[in-house]
Amino acid sequence: MDMRLNLPGLPDFSFRNPILTASGTFGYGLEFAPYGDLTTLGGIVVKGLSLAPRAGNPMPRIAETPCGMLNAVGLQNSGVESFLRDKLPKLPWRDVPVIANIYACDPAEFAELASILAREQGIAAIEVNISCPNVKEGGILFGQDAQAAARVTEAVKRVAGDKPVIIKLSPNVTDIATIARAVEDAGADMISCINTLSGMGVDIRTRKPLLANIIGGLSGPAIKPVALRCVWQVCRAVTVPVIGIGGITSAEDVLEFMLVGAHAVQVGTANFLRPDFSFRLVNEFTELLNKLGIADLEDYRGSLRT
Amino acid sequence: MTKEQCTVLKVLDNVPFGQVAGEHLFFALRLERPEWTNWLPGQFVMVRPSGWALDMLWARPFSICRVSPRDLVLFFQAVGRGTRRMATLKSGDEVLVWGPLGNGFAMEPDTPTLMLAGGIGIAPFVGYTHHHPKPWNLHMEFGHRMPLNCYPFESINEKIMGDAHHETSREDLAAFIERMDKRIAEYAAQDGLVLACGPTPFLATVQKLALQHGARCQLSLETRMACGVGACLGCVTKVSDDMTASGVAAGRAQVCEHGPVFWAHQVTLEEN
Repeated sequence: MDMRLNLPGLPDFSFRNPILTASGTFGYGLEFAPYGDLTTLGGIVVKGLSLAPRAGNPMPRIAETPCGMLNAVGLQNSGVESFLRDKLPKLPWRDVPVIANIYACDPAEFAELASILAREQGIAAIEVNISCPNVKEGGILFGQDAQAAARVTEAVKRVAGDKPVIIKLSPNVTDIATIARAVEDAGADMISCINTLSGMGVDIRTRKPLLANIIGGLSGPAIKPVALRCVWQVCRAVTVPVIGIGGITSAEDVLEFMLVGAHAVQVGTANFLRPDFSFRLVNEFTELLNKLGIADLEDYRGSLRT
Repeated sequence: MTKEQCTVLKVLDNVPFGQVAGEHLFFALRLERPEWTNWLPGQFVMVRPSGWALDMLWARPFSICRVSPRDLVLFFQAVGRGTRRMATLKSGDEVLVWGPLGNGFAMEPDTPTLMLAGGIGIAPFVGYTHHHPKPWNLHMEFGHRMPLNCYPFESINEKIMGDAHHETSREDLAAFIERMDKRIAEYAAQDGLVLACGPTPFLATVQKLALQHGARCQLSLETRMACGVGACLGCVTKVSDDMTASGVAAGRAQVCEHGPVFWAHQVTLEEN
């Protein structure tokens, strides 16, 4: 079946299918190319980019938890120019949307990054990370305040040209719907949610935290119920397309997110279960739709009976 | 690399080695031979038993101990949640394996080569010794805390004469370090190769001695990994500015992608 997604308000933009890979879990895409055909994915959201290279946080920066993991990588990346020069040309961007995820310390820096990416033919859309829990400056603070989130959205929209702007929201807020409405009003073309939940782990023998940063972001199937709730609340609050993220490990999970209103999903931590996970999920999702007799995803989307 | 390198393999057997307080902690896991055409001693694989469902998400990295025409052998110590569960694997169980990953040790057939292993760090040297075209140029110094029959030392001593050092006291450890110091100096003097694998404090000692003596030395780093392919950035190590491998951001390189083997002068070891 044809799974191409035409998104409301974005007549010139589509995903081939609703399964994208989440930033920070799929590298720059090239790392997974030996394990599957990147062009079969709905889209690739690359590792968060900053203007200048960032070394990230000290080690240890990842820890396994029951049904999940903690990370405090701290946005290590080699900077936007290096990505555009060394990585993007190697990606099959003509055949699969490559979405740049960006991080900055203030709205002006977000705009500077977005203006660089807006000029790039190989970039299909810009995802704005206002929700990283692992960096001291900026990061989650933008995502926890509606006005600050709106200011970043406006700054990026002003320079993004024809590139759709996706705002990635944090679950670490009292009312995610308020933030979602604020970024929609500020011009966001899409919303993706959720980023990781703030968490920590400790070792009773060494008496040390599991992460050098002490606190990190929890991801994986452990957070799926929280993600589903957030996506449902956001979908009811806005009219722009919503991309669901959080603990997706099966085709059934993808349908669950669509049932509460998501247009598409991003697969994150599950890419660590096996390096061909996302490629296989695209096939499994098609099989599930056939098995359940779902011929029109648009009819199914948001049809939760409450 | 092809997609076939992420494959489900059957367990042939899971053989316990030695005993510690009546319990088995060390195992040689024999898997069906994967369809690899090439691998290098020092490379590793990611292993995730099919029965793990979702309670443990990550595969576990293991040095390739040996590859024969019939099987792939991994040697592991049951220390954490994952490896303790792996100790229960039995013949016929299935595991997902991807690899071979990483870069492997340098192999210079005509160069005198000293292998320094600490505990479970002996595993990649089994493959190295059996793969080496001129094993008479190899020597091993092996430091271990558990009884010697817990480790595949005999498999190495089939081919070469190695020395094992049982550490049961501080004096034993001091004597082992003194021995390594002397040996590294000898190999440095003849432009030999020094290779090391073991826990981070062991590697830090080797690194210090190698730098002091100006030895050509490689260290195989042990660290926590989630993906094994360079994406999760959970296994980075500080590297020197002269290491210009692509993808190295701001002085930190992924051990899985740019290692696990690094030249001693290029890396700063951090305790995990």
